[in-house]
Amino acid sequence: MKLLDVKLGQLPTWLAMRDFTPGGIAGALRRGYERYYNKYINVKKGGLGGISMVLAGYVVVSYIWSYSHLKHDRHRKYH
Amino acid sequence: MLSRLVLRAAPAALRSLAPPVAVGVLHTTRPLHTTQQCLAPLPPLPEKGGEVRYGLIPEEFFQFLYPKTGVTGPYMLGTGLVLYLLSKEIYVVNHETVAAACILSIIIYGVKKYGSAVAAFADKLNEEKIAEASAVKDAAIKDLETAIEQEKKEQWRVEGRSYLFDAKRNNIAMLLETNYRERLLTVYNEVKKRLDYQVAMQNLKRQKEQDHMIQWVEKNVVQSITPQQQKESIAKCILDLKALSKSAQAAV
Repeated sequence: MKLLDVKLGQLPTWLAMRDFTPGGIAGALRRGYERYYNKYINVKKGGLGGISMVLAGYVVVSYIWSYSHLKHDRHRKYH
Repeated sequence: MLSRLVLRAAPAALRSLAPPVAVGVLHTTRPLHTTQQCLAPLPPLPEKGGEVRYGLIPEEFFQFLYPKTGVTGPYMLGTGLVLYLLSKEIYVVNHETVAAACILSIIIYGVKKYGSAVAAFADKLNEEKIAEASAVKDAAIKDLETAIEQEKKEQWRVEGRSYLFDAKRNNIAMLLETNYRERLLTVYNEVKKRLDYQVAMQNLKRQKEQDHMIQWVEKNVVQSITPQQQKESIAKCILDLKALSKSAQAAV
């Protein structure tokens, strides 16, 4: 069952049901990729949103990974 | 038990296998035949992709928040989030921010100005590919239709076969008749020849008998004429001639 249909209290049960073997994780990644690909890229008239969302995600992830360096550029020490 | 393991691994292997099917436009890497029923031909690609607002946020997010917060909900969420990140300096404003702002403005300007032209060009490329494929398909269909028409023509020709056979039968009957009559004529001629031969033989025989008999009679008569009778007949002839000459002179 899909994650959006799971009630909050049932989350641990749902997590226990999932398949965490390497094959299962690879399958989940493949499924996620296919969902995104078939929804935004594998269409007759694709738009800009398809790749721009991927690039925005890349920007965000790289910002998160370099946050420990950017912390030192803060203008104020205490927030 | 091992067979059950294999059965469990099969769909995952199938899903990871997913051979790409490159048929011009249809570039799909969807898993094939994970269930018993298979879709052949493949369903056509959807016309437009998922809706994305401002090129960054999918429309489903706005629809997700709409029942609880109405139309301005996501915008409020976005504004609050941005202010929180700025005030807590989770997002640090430094030289990179200026660089990002310049790059983003140039990108947005470029997209706004040339977006439609690029889209039209890509659509034209797609149209050409589709036109090539459907030209092949149309040519194949036309060839098959021509073949069907020729087949129908052949079937129509088959109906005329009875006339053809009638004409052939007539021809053969005429040949047989002619042959028969020729042979009749030959037989008639042969029989006639044989009968003519018999008739000629009989005629010849009778003629030969006649001639022979006449000769024999003449020979005997000539033999029987004695010299004395010859003299008497000659004297009689002379007397007759004189009498005739006298009557002739008297007539003149």
